[in-house]
Amino acid sequence: MANVLVVGFDPSSAGERAVDFAMDLAKLSGSAVIIVHVLEWSPYSFLTPEEIEERHARRKEELSRAKESIIDPLVKKLSAGGISVETSIRYGHVAETLGAVAEEAGASQIIIGRTGGPGIASRLFGSVAGALAQSSPVPCTIVP
Amino acid sequence: MTFKNLMSWPSVLGAAMALLLSSSVAQAATVDETVNEIFASSTGWFVSLIFSSFPGTSFPWIVGWLVVAATVFTLYFMFIQFRGFSHAIALVKGDYSDPNDAGEVSHFQALATALSGTVGLGNIAGVAVAVGIGGPGATFWMILAGLMGMASKFTECTLGVKYRNEYANGTVSGGPMYYLTKGFAERGIPGGKILAVLFAIFCILGALGGGNMFQANQAHQQISGIVGEYPGWITGIVFAGVVFAVIVGGLKSIASVTEKVVPFMGIMYVAAALIILLVNYDKIGWAIGQIFEGAFTGLGVAGGFVGALIQGFKRAAFSNEAGVGSAAIAHSAVRTKEPITEGLVSLLEPLIDTVVICTMTALVIIITGQMMTDPATGNYIVEDGMIATVGGVSGVGLTSAAFGSAISWFPYVLALAVVLFAFSTMISWSYYGLKAWTYLFGEGKGKEIAFKVIFCVFVVIGAAANLGPVIDFSDAAIFAMAVVNIIGLYFLMPIVKRELDSYLSRLQSGEIKKFK
Repeated sequence: MANVLVVGFDPSSAGERAVDFAMDLAKLSGSAVIIVHVLEWSPYSFLTPEEIEERHARRKEELSRAKESIIDPLVKKLSAGGISVETSIRYGHVAETLGAVAEEAGASQIIIGRTGGPGIASRLFGSVAGALAQSSPVPCTIVP
Repeated sequence: MTFKNLMSWPSVLGAAMALLLSSSVAQAATVDETVNEIFASSTGWFVSLIFSSFPGTSFPWIVGWLVVAATVFTLYFMFIQFRGFSHAIALVKGDYSDPNDAGEVSHFQALATALSGTVGLGNIAGVAVAVGIGGPGATFWMILAGLMGMASKFTECTLGVKYRNEYANGTVSGGPMYYLTKGFAERGIPGGKILAVLFAIFCILGALGGGNMFQANQAHQQISGIVGEYPGWITGIVFAGVVFAVIVGGLKSIASVTEKVVPFMGIMYVAAALIILLVNYDKIGWAIGQIFEGAFTGLGVAGGFVGALIQGFKRAAFSNEAGVGSAAIAHSAVRTKEPITEGLVSLLEPLIDTVVICTMTALVIIITGQMMTDPATGNYIVEDGMIATVGGVSGVGLTSAAFGSAISWFPYVLALAVVLFAFSTMISWSYYGLKAWTYLFGEGKGKEIAFKVIFCVFVVIGAAANLGPVIDFSDAAIFAMAVVNIIGLYFLMPIVKRELDSYLSRLQSGEIKKFK
């Protein structure tokens, strides 16, 4: 089985750096790449009755918007060069979801970009990188 | 129904005329008084119809109706509220949720939203009314009604999901209107459509009554209790404005703030009650004794044990809405392949709402000694059919006084909680009412706006009217929903049974997978 790399991607320079890094690594090691975009979602948030009614329709919209405006442009830009690239759009907590995808695919590592500095927000609320470092089931590369 | 009440229609016209002429003639009558007069006289006949007693007794037939229904469902589904309890918890925790469905409404969210529609004034004011009239014994009957109501809720919510309408754009509409129509047609029983239309009419009245006016009324009482007396219509207009901004203006931010604050308020309320109970731990045994003793003897309260029973059952039904059909509307929007799962989740509602939260309120009122007893006999002192209280208060005022006697600043928190609960209940009921409205008149922007505007007008009326007529009408409208809904549930319960048996056997065989 080919080696698999899971990349967390969002439309930012950090996300792009992570994908670039993963592609380079994949070329060197002959790995397959799974690009994952996570839509932040908690099953324990509170919704109004109207939001509940519209949720299914909204979800469809969100998924297609994420595909059209985030994943498709990225895939178009990538020069795969013989590397197998899969994409996936998921709902959930970012770090947990990346971990779950990595486990499902039997990936050898997770690659993400570092978004912020040691700001007050990430001190208070934690960062994806921090959460992943604590919870990732496989080795994790954070691209600066 | 009494003849006198039938005769009251002409006085509606009279009162309406009085309102029109009030600028020139009736300077003495305030706006509040006029609103109250019109309201009381125009709804009296409906109230007496719903609450008329069995001939020769003082037992309202509607209470018997609810008790019998809850008992029938409990027995028919062989105590599903206990059998299905642990599975319901597992469902809410997400143990059976497919991770690929993440992003859809979870069972937890459906439960939380349905709860925020029911947890509210019924738990704070309603319980105080029950205990204030029926004595501590009302609590026992309330708890019993809550436990049995779990089976009613299970039945209606399962049907709500099973027979909802799904539209091409991905939205859904469901509730008793839909299962009465589709379920009856499926079983080949005539009359489903008539019941559905009746239900929709009562649901609109219930939305305007218990889901709106009662809430506005109690919110006003709370605010005026803190800042001093002022006319109710002022509160009404402010509330109506905010509700209008949310349901017509689509100001989601207000709604979502409320939806987030309300659960914390609920937790805080229970925590405060627990603290008061812990501090008075030595009296808990006595209070429970009072509840049991009162349940069967009435402790000298007017109406005796029947009075306690009626009050307990009434307020429980009003609080948790089991059998009323409203929850079926809320739950039917959830996306699930198995209708039974929604039914199982919904049976937790009466438990949380009535058995836990209402009992807390009742215990706090009893333990803090708000209700005065006659030192000579040990019985409660009854004045005008109500137990005399230390501050001469009733409804929210009684609960507030009870909490305030233990935690002096808590009435302020409670006032805020009441206002927020009232608001979230209004938002939920505006949705239920709207669903009934669109069922009757069809979907469409203009029609929806019309209902929403009417809804806002009733906020003002509710805040201006007195508690008595408002609470009577609210109860009557909500119980009228239960009359129609429960007839439907009797006819459709074999369908639920089939679903349940199939689900349980697949759960047993492992066909329904656990993901966590």
